[in-house]
Amino acid sequence: MDKASSYNDKVVRQFTVMTVVWGIVGMLVGVIIAAQLLWPELNFNVPWLSYGRLRPLHTNAVIFAFGGCALFATSYYVVQRTCHVRLFSDGLAAFTFWGWQLVILLAAITLPLGLTSGKEYAELEWPIDLLITAVWVSYAVVFFGTLAKRKIKHIYVANWFFGAFILTVALLHVVNSAALPVSMTKSYSAYAGVIDGMVQWWYGHNAVGFFLTAGFLGMMYYFVPKQAGRPVYSYRLSVVHFWALISIYMWAGPHHLHYTTLPNWAQSLGMVFSLILLAPSWGGMINGIMTLSGAWHKLRTDPILKFMIVSLSFYGMSTFEGPMMSIKTVNALSHYTDWTIGHVHSGALGWVAMISVGCIYALLPKVFNRESMYSIKLIDVHFWVSTIGVVLYIAAMWMAGVMQGLMWRAVNDDGTLTYSFIESLNATYPYYAVRLLGGTLFLLGMLIMAYNVWKTIAGARDVSPQPVIEPA
Amino acid sequence: MDIGTLRGILTLILMLAFLGIVFWAYSKNRKKDFEEASRLPLEEGDADLREYRHE
Repeated sequence: MDKASSYNDKVVRQFTVMTVVWGIVGMLVGVIIAAQLLWPELNFNVPWLSYGRLRPLHTNAVIFAFGGCALFATSYYVVQRTCHVRLFSDGLAAFTFWGWQLVILLAAITLPLGLTSGKEYAELEWPIDLLITAVWVSYAVVFFGTLAKRKIKHIYVANWFFGAFILTVALLHVVNSAALPVSMTKSYSAYAGVIDGMVQWWYGHNAVGFFLTAGFLGMMYYFVPKQAGRPVYSYRLSVVHFWALISIYMWAGPHHLHYTTLPNWAQSLGMVFSLILLAPSWGGMINGIMTLSGAWHKLRTDPILKFMIVSLSFYGMSTFEGPMMSIKTVNALSHYTDWTIGHVHSGALGWVAMISVGCIYALLPKVFNRESMYSIKLIDVHFWVSTIGVVLYIAAMWMAGVMQGLMWRAVNDDGTLTYSFIESLNATYPYYAVRLLGGTLFLLGMLIMAYNVWKTIAGARDVSPQPVIEPA
Repeated sequence: MDIGTLRGILTLILMLAFLGIVFWAYSKNRKKDFEEASRLPLEEGDADLREYRHE
């Protein structure tokens, strides 16, 4: 078969497999640091294993390695199928795969060594930042190049979300990583003081909004209708959802800096935009869930669909919780406590990881020319193990967080603090144990997935290229 | 012009742009195109889809 008339699924297969691999690695590091919070001796007095160095390794691995690979895999798959053309450039697509793996490898080496620019979720030092930029520009060229040569007039809504995610992440990364290098392994931010803080959280919250939300909504808009076997509930709503979400997310960052030296008006602006954000978030969630209307019975038999719908429920929960936590008076209680950690994981495990897992289960057999995954039963087991894991995790962190917030603000009649910090830490230990259990269950689910993926791929005899489908 | 007035005007323009998108998306003449577009993920001959189209 002539190359142009088949899909480039090789790069999709590569990213799909690495999604599972990096998912396990990233979550394993998460479990290790959760255990360190419970038993601090687990750093064995080795600097490379200290919590402060492993924590950014965990966040980078789960967000950019696991989430990133899932986004590359699904966006490359979806853009080809919905545009009815092969990817724009095989060479550049291959470069994005190997380049991204190199970025991950360099992160795994430099972060434990303590080489960091100190910006949360943007810790990697400047040479790696340059490599990320090169990979990301190539990604944009491949993606938009594919859109440009599409065979049909309309650009499907999933591609709008993927496109917004790619463009915005490029902008965020370049602006926030601007720095003055003083050596190969050390640089200083181009910004100073509270401006630096604001740029950082403009980046940070939009990394949530575009990397961890818009891209995954792109997945949702393709894979939920596909798995349910019916078109999305309302295409019109999806258009309004898109424009509302991308224009409002941009302004929500200041809620990370409540009660800091950031000017008060900027904090209030961040809070107001965070509150408004509830509307597009829930519009999207309802659009995804209602796609199943009239076909709810499929939830009983299809664990992949269960992953997707439950992920949307967690998305709804965390996008309700987020605006609530951005209200300054609520934030006065929740900020710097484990409630924030709970909120993040309700989004990251419940929404991002579960929608990715659902989509990978749907996509993997297709790109390996199999009817379905090796075991549907194991997908169901994975679903229940991870759901219980997430619930334990976030419930523990909610309780710990509210308790910490209350203990820290309690004052005696004479104005002195009722509790010392160490007392609140002592009171948190039982919750750290429950969190460790929840995280371990989630990791166990990923191992079950890895076995299922392994058996599915092992049974794939024929992975000859699939022909491009003619537009209907 | 006073910066406050300018900001007010900008807010108004953005609000009108958003309402424009909403009216455009929900207008009658987009209906057919959007229905076609919404079928794009399903164009690979799934059994369920054929069933749905006959409904």
